[in-house]
Amino acid sequence: MSDLHFSADALIQASYLVTAFLFIMGLKRMSSPVTARSGILWAGAGMLVATLATFFYPGMTNFPLIIIAVVIGSAVAWISGRRVAMTNIPQMIALYNGMGGGAAAAIAAVELYRGEQQTTAGATLAVVGGIIGAVSFSGSLIAFGKLQGLIRKSLRFGGQQLLNLLILAAALVLGAMVASGYNATAGMVTGLFAAALVLGLSMTLPIGGADMPVVISLYNALTGLAVAFEGFVLGNAAMIIAGTVVGSAGTLLTQLMAKAMNRSLGNVLFSGFGDTGAAAAGTEVTGSLKPIEAADAGVMMAFAQKVIIVPGYGMAVAQAQHKVWELTQLLIDRGVTVRFAIHPVAGRMPGHMNVLLAEAGVPYDLIADLDEINAEFETADVALVIGANDVVNPVARNDKSSPIYGMPILNADKAKNVIVIKRGQGAGFSGIENALFYLDNTRMLYGDGQAAVASLIAAVKSV
Amino acid sequence: MTGIVALYIFMLAAFTGYEVIARVPVILHTPLMSGSNFVHGIVLVGAMVALGSATTPLEKTIGFIGVLLAAGNAVGGYAVTERMLEMFKSSGARGGKDGKGGGAKAGH
Repeated sequence: MSDLHFSADALIQASYLVTAFLFIMGLKRMSSPVTARSGILWAGAGMLVATLATFFYPGMTNFPLIIIAVVIGSAVAWISGRRVAMTNIPQMIALYNGMGGGAAAAIAAVELYRGEQQTTAGATLAVVGGIIGAVSFSGSLIAFGKLQGLIRKSLRFGGQQLLNLLILAAALVLGAMVASGYNATAGMVTGLFAAALVLGLSMTLPIGGADMPVVISLYNALTGLAVAFEGFVLGNAAMIIAGTVVGSAGTLLTQLMAKAMNRSLGNVLFSGFGDTGAAAAGTEVTGSLKPIEAADAGVMMAFAQKVIIVPGYGMAVAQAQHKVWELTQLLIDRGVTVRFAIHPVAGRMPGHMNVLLAEAGVPYDLIADLDEINAEFETADVALVIGANDVVNPVARNDKSSPIYGMPILNADKAKNVIVIKRGQGAGFSGIENALFYLDNTRMLYGDGQAAVASLIAAVKSV
Repeated sequence: MTGIVALYIFMLAAFTGYEVIARVPVILHTPLMSGSNFVHGIVLVGAMVALGSATTPLEKTIGFIGVLLAAGNAVGGYAVTERMLEMFKSSGARGGKDGKGGGAKAGH
């Protein structure tokens, strides 16, 4: 009998080793656009291997419950994940991440309520992983609610940071009592998780929607860490490795994202802004807006050598990306060089706009980020700005009194001609007038994004 | 597994995670975050073990919720990551004007 157990255990350990290998290779492949597609397949295979192997874990019971939970959880997630619109991907990542954090907290809860933790070290790890997992769970749900538009207000009041600190202290004190086993009761375990859940809520509620991507990325890293800690508790190498890899990769990714958005992590977490609609300050912009007809704009682009398209989130909201790609193909067929210039905050999170363009069929090698493309605007005949505003506002470069001063921008104003597709006259996301619109080389093409591009397509076709 | 071996694993895995994505281009930030979100769905195996060893109704309930959430993390993470990465194509692969198939339908 013990022989049988030994071989089952060896098989499971070997499966986990294979899983760890597949995860790491998968992530490695996901970090290059050429191999990214196969990366998720590798990682997916790893998950399948580990899940199947776990059914053979020695001493497992409750199989009907396990299977029911797996089937329901998988089905709901699969359907929601398949159906969600690409514009809503960031909040779905938050949601699935929160679920992972919740699961890590649940593992800790089962272990702690049972109260049979053999060592203080094991109990301590269960407590720490449980707190992190619970914070990530409730925090991610708030992030989801904010991006989905379910929570519109950012709750802020004086002494908020102090309150958060007190809640954290309460969670830690209860955790220490539970971990040391000194008079630990089930009530303490409950209080510990309640405090951690409240902490996640109160930490995330004051953070504005624009900063949410950084927060989601941070919670992603935290969930990884929580999973690793619970892996220590269960002696499960696959969880330790996968959780730690995500914890460190996620931390790095969070820093990269914060940098791409010109914010620091501390700034995001503790300064309590990142809301849109900040008071518009800055120097008054002078000049006039000069409209252009679609027919003239189409001719201008059709006879250009080089066109750079600057898409913003407004383009995605108008669902104009498919039309934009159609226009691009027409221009390429006429021999025009077309490139897309993507600002780091063009979508809802860094890289999101690339996903939206990819959805429309735009090949990734036509897409350039800010550092690559900025020098090229000077050689472009036309810069077509669609649904973007603050990220092309030259005041960020030269007006020290402007709230967006210092933010890196796309130098669309350096192109010979600038065409701006815009629904109407009005300030941008941040409420700041855009000096680009008033320049001598800028023409405004008014209209809904999709309709305006459709008329540009018609104009290019008729040339 | 002894504590010190676990610490070695922890340290090496942390370096690995850092190195693996240290030079990732901005265009892949969103899919990669989603992909790493999927990878910590491995919490599913831990949740299964927790529920598999649960005896009291309280433990069973929490364990059940844990497995439910973990399965959602793993499967949902896979679904959205795969959908995103499926769409990344280079010019060479687009084959004429057939770049609008598949995912483009979701937008209409």
